[in-house]
This record gives sequence, structure tokens and C-alpha cells, in this order.
Amino acid sequence: MNQPLPPINIIACGALAKELMALKSINHWQNLSISCLPAKYHNTPALIPAAVEKKILQIKANNDAQILVAYGDCGTAGVLDKVLQKYDIERLPGAHCYQFFVGQNAFDNLQEEEIGTFYLTDFLVKQFDSYVWKNLGLDRHPELLNLYFGNYKRLVYLAQTTNDSLTDLAKSCAARMGLKFERIFTGYGDMANSLERFKQNKIPFLSLAS
Amino acid sequence: MSDDIENDEYDDEEIDLNALPDDELVEQIQNDLYDGLKEEVVEGTEILLQRKWKPAKILSEALVGGMTIVGIDFRDGILFVPEVLLSANAMKGGMEILKPLLSASDSVSAGKMVIGTVKGDIHDIGKNLVKMMMEGAGFEVIDLGINQSVDDYFAALEEHKPDILGMSALLTTTMPYMKVVIDEMVAKGIRDDYIVLVGGAPLNEEFGEAVGADGYCRDAASTVDIAKQHLALRKAG
Repeated sequence: MNQPLPPINIIACGALAKELMALKSINHWQNLSISCLPAKYHNTPALIPAAVEKKILQIKANNDAQILVAYGDCGTAGVLDKVLQKYDIERLPGAHCYQFFVGQNAFDNLQEEEIGTFYLTDFLVKQFDSYVWKNLGLDRHPELLNLYFGNYKRLVYLAQTTNDSLTDLAKSCAARMGLKFERIFTGYGDMANSLERFKQNKIPFLSLAS
Repeated sequence: MSDDIENDEYDDEEIDLNALPDDELVEQIQNDLYDGLKEEVVEGTEILLQRKWKPAKILSEALVGGMTIVGIDFRDGILFVPEVLLSANAMKGGMEILKPLLSASDSVSAGKMVIGTVKGDIHDIGKNLVKMMMEGAGFEVIDLGINQSVDDYFAALEEHKPDILGMSALLTTTMPYMKVVIDEMVAKGIRDDYIVLVGGAPLNEEFGEAVGADGYCRDAASTVDIAKQHLALRKAG
């Protein structure tokens, strides 16, 4: 008879909630307990480290199971890593969710190909109006579009799922921004690989990036 | 009728800028700049010129003064990026009128700065704000644009011989390139020939020190102060 797997706590960005829940369901990872922080921190990365630390302390007060953090550096300029080092906790590899969805090498190639690339994931396509358009004031001041995105040339939609309506929505986002459109199917990318390998082997997330 | 409604009606009234005395007009230009009203800022600037105000005085008291308030409220979380951009756009309107008049006058440059966004990075909103505020403070600014390599910076230093090199980055993945540039300056023995200032949303004081910059500038207004302080120190030393 198989031993039940030890519980693992995942602290995740809300932008990854749907993907993590899907992975948990597909892979029957019943031992994962997922806690999400608000995805709006995407726009205020300075708030992420303290919010993650608060969540770590909350979890540690309740159980002593392993904790993993499903964030990239996410614009915290290494401050999130400093918090995680204090508690010997690992996070997903890379700087952003774009990178761990598409994979580091592929991301580097995309950047090399066109430095002026704006990335969307499934989550960001769905939340484009609130997280991008309204947040930047473009609903009220469309004249600011060129100031924000004048140096961008294309929009790459890194798709986690195959969904025609999301693709159409992503295309319309590109059109609104005046950018060339491209779609790349990534699935759950390195996030799924990292999670699976950690679960099986307890290999730290970050070491998987290299 | 309540006082609030009366106030609303009063607020909707169009203000005749020509009818305002100088001090109230300057205050009104600052308010219009804060609200991102480009046409009104341009009109106010033109009125002050008609009243024989010197361009440098209009720039520092009305425009830079107004933009400094915007900078403080941005720092304190009262204003956000869209509002700052609208204010900057309004200031730009006023500066477009003043710039040719300033360069035609005998005003002495406060100093010269070469500025650019580092290699791999295409973000220039902050850099453009810094350029505008530095120009407003009397600096000559050579803007290299975005995605600048070590070679690009070095060519500009050689050509323009500035007092200050400014580097900007928005991404955590590109900000380490500032150290590449500074290390190369050290290797070439030219590091101490320039004041190196760095800035950008993910940077902080600690990062500025770690890469060997002379100063970290958290916003456009503070860049002016820090640049002036370093120039004064150099002259004194």
C-alpha cells in the first residue's frame, strides 16, 4: 500500500491560481495546499515580498509542512529572494511568469528576436482591461498609448490553454495597442515541470532553471 | 442650494488667466500643470512672456515648480503614472514655447548630462521625465534613447564630454547592465571623470551603491537635486 505523500503548501500569485488548480486536478496532487495572494500585486511588485512573508508566517503557525512559492522574481529586484532565503524556501525559476511558462531559452530567443515584445498569458488576456488598460489610465486618456507603448512592436500571447475566444481577445488587445500579434502555445511550461520534479525528488525550484 | 453645489458651479467657471495678477497666474499654471491641462499651461506661459517675464523665471517658478509638486505627490502615492504623464505632457507644452527663447538667451548651462536606457530595455517614461526636469533646471541633456550598449554610452561620453552620465532601467533583468557599463568605465580609467547617476522603478539606494554609481535617483525631481549636489561637490573639491 502506498504511503500518503507529505503535504506541501504552495504560496502563489493569484495570476497563477487557475493554472495551479488545473495542474493539481490533472495530476491528482491532493497533497498540495494552494494559497493565493492578490494578482493585483503584479502592478505593485514592491508589495510582494512582505505579503509573501506574512503568508509564510501564517502557514508556519498552522503546520510545519514544506512551503513552495509560485512567483518569479516578479519585479521585486531580488527582495523576494532575500525573504525566501530567510526561511529556506524556493520559488519558481525566472524573472516573470512569462519566462517559466515559455521556458528560459525560448524566452531569451523571443527577446532576441524582438526586444519590443509585450507578453500576455491566459490570465493577463482575461484581465487586460483592468490590469493593463484601466491601470495605465488608457480608458480615460487614450492619448497616452504612444507614451507607454511607443517602443513596442509586437504582442506575444503565451497561451496556457487552447481557447479560440481567448485568442480572439488577445488579438484585439494587440490591435488596441497597435502591435503585431503572435500566439505561442506553452501549456503550463516550466511551472508544471518544476512542480512535478519537486514533488517527486524534492529538487529545489531554482536549481531546475539551470 | 447647498454650499457644495455652489462650489461645484464655481469650479466649473472658466478662469480668465489674463485677469489674474502674476502670483495668482503662476499658482494657476501650477494647478493646471498638476491637472494635466496642456492648453491652459501653454496659455499661461504665453501670458507671462507677454508680461515680460524672463523665460528662465517662467520655467523655474511656474513649470518646474508645478512639476515638483507633481513629483512629490507621485512619491507619496497621491498621484499615479497616468496623471504624472499628463502633467509632463502639459509641461512639455510650456517648454516647447520657452526652449527656443532660453537657448537664444545668454543663460549659463547648469551642466551637461548624457542619458539613456540600458541595453535590453525599451522603457523610457522615467528617463524622459528626468530629461525634462533636468532641462527645466538648466541642464543640457543629450538623450541617447533606449537599448544602449556600453559602446553607445562610451561613444556619447567621448563625443559630448558631459559632467553626468545617467542610466535608466525598468526591468530587474536589465538593471545589472549598469554595473557592466560602470565596470568598463573603471577598466578604461575614466570612471572618475563623470558623475554617474542611476534610476528606474526596481532600483534602490543599495543597488546604486552596489553597482558603483555616485547616486541613485528615485524620481525625476530628486535627480535634479542629486545632480546639483554632486556638481557642487566636484567644483568645491
